[in-house]
Amino acid sequence: MSVLELEDLKVHFPIRSGVVFDRTVGHVHAVDGVSLSVETGSTYGLVGESGCGKTTLGRAVLRLVDITSGHVRFEGTDLAGLSGEEMRRRRSRLQMVFQDPLGSLDPRQNVESILAEGLEVHGIGQSRADRRTKIVDTLERVGLASNALSRYPHEFSGGQRQRIGIARALVLEPDVIICDEPVSALDVSVQAQVLNLLEELQSAFGLTYLVIAHDLAVVRHISDVIGVMYLGGLVEEAGADELYADPMHPYTKALLSAVPIPDPVVEDAREQILIPGDLPSPSSPPSGCRFHTRCPWRQPERCDTERPELREVAPGHRVACHYAEEIRAGELRSRSADVAAGTPPPA
Amino acid sequence: MALLTVDNLSVTFTGNNQRPVRAVDGVSFGMDEGEVLGLVGESGCGKSVTSLALMGLLPTRGVEVGGRVHFDGTDVLSLPSRRLRDMRGSQLAMIFQDPLSSLNPVVPIGRQVTETLRRHKGMRGRAARDRAAELLDRVGIPDPARRLTEYPHQLSGGMRQRALIAMAVACAPRLLIADEPTTALDVTIQAQILDLLGELARSEGTSLLMITHDLGVVAGLCDNINVLYAGRVIEVSSRKQLFASPHHPYTAGLLGSVPRLDAPRGEALTPIRGSINDTIDWDDGCAFAPRCDHYTMECLTGTPELVRAGEGHQHRCVNPVNLDPGSAHADRPDPVAEGGNVR
Repeated sequence: MSVLELEDLKVHFPIRSGVVFDRTVGHVHAVDGVSLSVETGSTYGLVGESGCGKTTLGRAVLRLVDITSGHVRFEGTDLAGLSGEEMRRRRSRLQMVFQDPLGSLDPRQNVESILAEGLEVHGIGQSRADRRTKIVDTLERVGLASNALSRYPHEFSGGQRQRIGIARALVLEPDVIICDEPVSALDVSVQAQVLNLLEELQSAFGLTYLVIAHDLAVVRHISDVIGVMYLGGLVEEAGADELYADPMHPYTKALLSAVPIPDPVVEDAREQILIPGDLPSPSSPPSGCRFHTRCPWRQPERCDTERPELREVAPGHRVACHYAEEIRAGELRSRSADVAAGTPPPA
Repeated sequence: MALLTVDNLSVTFTGNNQRPVRAVDGVSFGMDEGEVLGLVGESGCGKSVTSLALMGLLPTRGVEVGGRVHFDGTDVLSLPSRRLRDMRGSQLAMIFQDPLSSLNPVVPIGRQVTETLRRHKGMRGRAARDRAAELLDRVGIPDPARRLTEYPHQLSGGMRQRALIAMAVACAPRLLIADEPTTALDVTIQAQILDLLGELARSEGTSLLMITHDLGVVAGLCDNINVLYAGRVIEVSSRKQLFASPHHPYTAGLLGSVPRLDAPRGEALTPIRGSINDTIDWDDGCAFAPRCDHYTMECLTGTPELVRAGEGHQHRCVNPVNLDPGSAHADRPDPVAEGGNVR
């Protein structure tokens, strides 16, 4: 059963201009029609490069940014239509862990005060002592001793701060935790500790995660289902193993081939698909398929004009590419292969 | 012939009424002409400070630099600043992590690229501009003539890093130091930049010192790798050997902490305990001992030396892992004279 469902979610930010008259001159299409569903107790990983809209999507689920159109259903209720007060009450069930643990913790609040704030707001716990017991329990779950209560964020290391961030979310006993780049600010040796902690907590409390990250290896490690985003839209979605074994969208292929693997033998043997250029501006996204400006398999006409739908190509595997099957069957040649072979691409 | 020899380099930051902080604590390594060397470590291990010391870019006040750095026979550390300026940009060049803050925001890209050409090659006007356009083209910036007139904020992150690389290679330096050149970039752009750096090093014969925290980055690019921990080199190896059989528990721990894209899923990560703050002074023993699963009392009885364990493979550990049964004890008591810190 899915606990969280997104349907054609759009978040557009207006671009304003003008000194005297405030005019809207255009929109940044940060999230542009994303539909996905997250199963109860599972982890959905959302990957993409900076500027693809993954963070905005996570914030839109919690209504931390305004939703332009579309629906976010949490256990059947459409969060997009709730009033501010109703949404606020739901937030104890939907929590978030932020990327930068130092930036997301108030430097002037001690750990107890940080964790108690949520409990007070949501009226959890009878008394102060009651709340303190709960906080101590939670701290212990995330691997912090109770002497942390009276200390301040700056006294902790990066990994410990991220544990405080996780404890802050966990103390409200949420069903869903949205983790926005939970480990990207941490050192490699500490990353693994936090990843293991997240997995441990999931199996202990039956949590559902929506993990947003740019590091494919991290996402693959903890996710059951992975969605790949490019310029505001989902381009591919599949089970974590399936996505790695059989990526079908050209962007996913390029992304997977670009991740360096700490093994020289693999690195030497590997064929890289280098995609040229940079991410186009989300304020004027390319027509047709958003990826066609960089795609090595781009076909004339159709890719430039018709935006591909996310369609199911195998059970649980959805791809937004007109030619996914042809590319897999090797019927289309990539431009990079042509360049490598020294033959000019067909006109 | 060794192009660069770093011998017992140490950097200590001293502040008023503050305990001095030793960021680099006796780092020694050498680089050959055309070699691509990786310097790997986590934040706080001293890798960036090492690179700044090599370039002579550390402030003179509040910093004590010890040891010797020889570049092509010249002692870099004792060079007067004028001679050093002649050398920087022409013989030695550096690329930094954050391309936006290393470029001057109010000067067009063209002026910034031609600056090195003017300073070191005496090129002026049209000739300098044409050469700058050639350089931008060489590093893969499309439409170079137009880009020359643009400002850094008009370029994307990948383009800015390419522009920096163009500036660094403008005078065909013999040694290029790249300090986390791809950390601020997206993974597809990272692949482009790594490809470019590797290709430049091979085709121009430039030596490349690659400083990074990402083991994946060095796995594909570097010939040899030095692993740093708490200001010291703890393992030296060719890249194949390092990844196949890391000897130091810290290196092994790092490899065990990284989720691999090609590993079977569900495989648990084996993190290293604690954090970089849990160290002891090298003088008292092995700095890594408090976080190490293999430590014995012997680890706390004095500074471990770099010892040789096989061809081109050294480690600073009294209780190493992944050793061949035969070579384990045969080589252990033999401190490597030039690599170690015999005091």
